[in-house]
Amino acid sequence: MLEVAELEVRYGAVRAVRGVTLRVAKGELVTLLGANGAGKSSTLMCIAGALRATGGTIRLGDEEVTAASPEAMVRRGVATVPEARNVFPDLTVAENLRLGAYVKRRDRTAVAEQRDRMLQLFPRLAERSEQPAGTLSGGEQQMLVIARAMMSQPSILLLDEPSLGLAPTIVDQIFELIQALRRSGLTILLVEQNAAKALAIADRAYVMRLGRIAAEGSASEISAATDLHSLYLGG
Amino acid sequence: MRFTIQFVVDVLSLGGAYALMALGLVIVFGILRLVNFAYGELIMVAGYTMFLVSGSGLPWLVMALVAVVMAILAGIATDYVAFRPVRAKSVTAVLITSFAFSTLLQNAALLFISPRPRVVPLPAIFSQTVQIGGVITPLRNIITIITTVVLLALFAFLMRRTVLGIAMRAAATNFTMARMLGVPANLIVSSAFAISGFLGGIVGLLWIGRIGTVVPGIGLEPLLIAFIATVIGGMRSLTGAVLGGFVLAFIDTGLNYTLPQDLLKFRDAFTFSLVILILLVRPEGLIRGPASGQRT
Repeated sequence: MLEVAELEVRYGAVRAVRGVTLRVAKGELVTLLGANGAGKSSTLMCIAGALRATGGTIRLGDEEVTAASPEAMVRRGVATVPEARNVFPDLTVAENLRLGAYVKRRDRTAVAEQRDRMLQLFPRLAERSEQPAGTLSGGEQQMLVIARAMMSQPSILLLDEPSLGLAPTIVDQIFELIQALRRSGLTILLVEQNAAKALAIADRAYVMRLGRIAAEGSASEISAATDLHSLYLGG
Repeated sequence: MRFTIQFVVDVLSLGGAYALMALGLVIVFGILRLVNFAYGELIMVAGYTMFLVSGSGLPWLVMALVAVVMAILAGIATDYVAFRPVRAKSVTAVLITSFAFSTLLQNAALLFISPRPRVVPLPAIFSQTVQIGGVITPLRNIITIITTVVLLALFAFLMRRTVLGIAMRAAATNFTMARMLGVPANLIVSSAFAISGFLGGIVGLLWIGRIGTVVPGIGLEPLLIAFIATVIGGMRSLTGAVLGGFVLAFIDTGLNYTLPQDLLKFRDAFTFSLVILILLVRPEGLIRGPASGQRT
């Protein structure tokens, strides 16, 4: 469904992503692991259209989308949850969700149904619907950005470090929610530093090191073959 | 009592005009973090449109509508000509292109119309007076206040209740994130310029209603007022822009009432001194805007 080939991203003279090739099939949960600075987020942001690739191709189904804008990617069914929980702090929870449905705004019944589904999945958000998103806790904000991305009814969800900076119990909740979304048929590409957690729920995994794919395989193969600590340390 | 009513009417009518001017400037600044220096020319465009259609024999309201539409189109043209080609590249470039577009419009008016003031048609109610609580005041002050209330209500509705308004508020906080939800960048920016043109056009009519004529440089003072009002109120906040407009009008009117005749011609010096004092206490303006943001 999503195919990335020989992707390259440069920040000035620095090559952050050097020839990354990866593939996510329909219905799969694929995780992209690696230490800080390995190029995971750059790869993800490039697929989302928020970063311009300096080389390589990104294909979605039969279509090449390498140079597509972020808004065009959302229209094609690719929703992104970037790192750092980008809620709109001054907008209420309800307004954040409404904006998430921007590309589907003409189909009011479908949007209302999707919102009900999301509020069922994230009951905390239903309670805080009229609060400014900036007043939510970190975990609630993470739930909000995931729910907001889901409002566009995507076929593939790109998640960038959803566990970052959250308490362990909240991390467990977030991972359960990711699994629930996956069970509903969603295709997911999950970027994580928390390798053990990510491998526990993923089908397949890629390990990035210094901008390249250093290893790939099924989640169990990667768990068995890789010293997980080295992922954190970048060794 | 009479004095109070007079003062309040003056502050509210002047403040209303200032607030609308500031809002038109800050709506674009909030999203792009760039001051549109061609903003004053939107007012000029509205004025000259009135002058050009004055011989048409159309009812005044229709002419006013045409003028506002032209201001909106001029606003959108500013985006296409001065901002869109360079906004992703360099702040300096946009600064220069927006100045250039401003100069271009002013010189077009100089060259094709006239450097001398041109009379703008005004309906009779703009020169009539009305008595409120024993105070005689020009009716146009009341018109300005009512227009301000209606436009602010309309603006609040747009920004709070419509998807476009919510998207614009979101884009003012984090443009890239808004785009990653499928909000098209160009639509948001063009809408901001269209709203800026709409406000500029209406303010232009009210502003010119005070003077009765239009000259090529008419936009400079409103641009300056709008800029100062937004600096007082906080460059990033829509509410702040409105508040800043009223504060500035309060200062101006207060000085008009209290300064002796000889000093009145230096009123702006006193106004700016007070603005500096406000900024010393609140360097970010009276109201802080949303947390962080970036340009596309």
